[in-house]
Amino acid sequence: MVEASVVPAKAATGREQWEADFSAQADGRPRFNRSGIRLQPIYGPEDWCAPQSFDERIGYPGQFPYTRGIYPAMYRGRGWSRRMLIGLGTPEDFNRRQKDMLASGSNAVNFIPCNSVFRGYDIDEVDPLLVGTCGTAVNTLEDMRIAMDGIDIAGVSLGMNDPSPFTLLAFILLLAEERGTPWSKLSGTSNQADFISHFVANHMFYRLSLEGSRRVLVDHIRFMNRHSPAWNPLSIVGQHMQQAGATPAQAMGFALSSAFYYIDLCIAAGMNIDDFVHRFTFFFDVSISFFEEIAKFRAGRRVWARLLRERYGAKAERSLRFKFHAQTSGADLTRQQPLNNIARVAIQGLAAILSGMQSLHTDAYDEAIATPSARTARIAIQTQNILAEETGVTDVIDPLGGSWFIERLTDQMEDAILAVIARVDALGGMFEAVRQGFVQAEIGRSAESAQLQVETGETTVVGVNKYKVPDTDDHRTPVDRPNSAAIDRQYDRLARFKQQRSQAQLQKGLSGLAHAANHTNANVYEAVVEAIRCGATHGEVVTTLRRELGFGQPLNLAG
Amino acid sequence: MRKQIKVLLTKIGLDGHDRGFRLVAAALRDAGMEVLPTGPWLKIDEVVSIAMQEDVEVIGISSLSFDHLLVPKLMTRLRDEGLDDVLVIVGGIVPDEDVGELIASGVAEVFHPGASLAEVVRFIEDRVWEKRNAMLAKVVNG
Repeated sequence: MVEASVVPAKAATGREQWEADFSAQADGRPRFNRSGIRLQPIYGPEDWCAPQSFDERIGYPGQFPYTRGIYPAMYRGRGWSRRMLIGLGTPEDFNRRQKDMLASGSNAVNFIPCNSVFRGYDIDEVDPLLVGTCGTAVNTLEDMRIAMDGIDIAGVSLGMNDPSPFTLLAFILLLAEERGTPWSKLSGTSNQADFISHFVANHMFYRLSLEGSRRVLVDHIRFMNRHSPAWNPLSIVGQHMQQAGATPAQAMGFALSSAFYYIDLCIAAGMNIDDFVHRFTFFFDVSISFFEEIAKFRAGRRVWARLLRERYGAKAERSLRFKFHAQTSGADLTRQQPLNNIARVAIQGLAAILSGMQSLHTDAYDEAIATPSARTARIAIQTQNILAEETGVTDVIDPLGGSWFIERLTDQMEDAILAVIARVDALGGMFEAVRQGFVQAEIGRSAESAQLQVETGETTVVGVNKYKVPDTDDHRTPVDRPNSAAIDRQYDRLARFKQQRSQAQLQKGLSGLAHAANHTNANVYEAVVEAIRCGATHGEVVTTLRRELGFGQPLNLAG
Repeated sequence: MRKQIKVLLTKIGLDGHDRGFRLVAAALRDAGMEVLPTGPWLKIDEVVSIAMQEDVEVIGISSLSFDHLLVPKLMTRLRDEGLDDVLVIVGGIVPDEDVGELIASGVAEVFHPGASLAEVVRFIEDRVWEKRNAMLAKVVNG
């Protein structure tokens, strides 16, 4: 036997052949997603092929680690909540628009109060020019009664965009009492309970000091868990940070770090992880970076489930389910040629659906111009309806699961998210990280680099830095304005409300509130509800708590 | 030596969105200007008094949810205090139909989403130099 002296050249594999052919034709420019992950031109089984880790990393929906969805049936069972932001003008205006949306296929409420309310004021404390321009002027139980007239508050999921001290929800609770609806029948979310996100990235919602917000939140969680167990008293917000410039991986990482901070607070207050954490929900941006967003959410679900088990020893299935509301990203929309935004929102909405969210708001195309009008809001909800009921994309659960690219990207996003969490941990947790300005600086850097990419043309924004059309009247869309006579009547209504209530009762309610704020064995949120029952307005409750617990002053905007 | 351009960057009214604010602040600094950023929610009188004390040449107002409606009131107060020569610009979300009123009240320019930072920097530099030259000419020509 003679050994072959020459080893015959091994035939190139398909992959090797492709690599050579690809290099000959490709433009050579590397591609990165927004989170900075470098994308290969193609993915094959060798990039993600781990059948042995299928159960551990992917599995089936409704099963740990929930990569493919938190419920077994996902949209084959109940669909998501089509939850459209509504806020404009007076309580009557809200009522009309909400009923219109419910008739158009929306099945949930997403209440946006006036900016003055966000800032913690009644309308008589601010310039009337600003009232009702961006949200509904609602200051009293009477206002909420009008806003919800004829709407079954126990029959729809109520998203209340109302930061600490949650006065609007207190109005809802008292309205439920009036209507004979038990609190246990209410479902919905305290959408803006995540004060960290306000301190970092949405100052308008930042009403009380960090310490004050912390106190009220823990009491709010405890109160709602006890009296209204189907209510989600905390929604942790990655959306504000991504809108402010955070990359998708940063937004997810910072939101999860915030959630861990809130969990630690509740545990320190004596609560048991499996008794409260299933009522934590999340709220995220869904940008036009299509596959990245889908991978972000698949990875987020997995990280949440794992860390809840590993860090907190959570045992209940419901504790491990990562529930979230998604909002299509307004920052991706353009003022130029605004009708193009309908296409963008449809793509963002599709990404949200393929990622397995529980609740969705789709932006109106005039988002970059003004507060959406009734007409543009209807197109936005119809976009959801088209996606949900015409395209067939909801027929198969996690339809992208098993794609080598999506699975690999999900793993990489997971690594990026875990890296963000590790950096926050190293600073002592989210509270410390924001107090030191670390999170703000990181987000600022990402925002700058995104802007630079647009200015240099590295990132294309159609109609802005490419395919521009002459700046004629292509961006003029009618803007809905509050009716000034109706706003005047709202001032009269508030004055009448203040005049007609019992001053003695009011004093009792507000002093009870101040007392509760200063006694940690009292529940401040219970005192908020009581103060409102005694006739207090939104602004009076916030003013009282600002006095007792401190005014929320963010760091200098660009110091 | 060229005097550094001094810019007061602020937000009035109720809004607190600050992405654009931060970007503009950084861009103006990078362009060599001195930027005085404030927190959000300033009262009009507070803006006027900072502008006066700090002797700024430019005031930039960031508005993303209708706080621009207060800007004409700011312009009146600036005029009352003799600060007519301060260059005031507005950036953010301002419906087209409101732009005319802002310009009529004395605002030099309104920058909308999609405006580039370079454009903002150039505008400020050009207008400030025009103003300085005009002032110089006035002095020289008596």
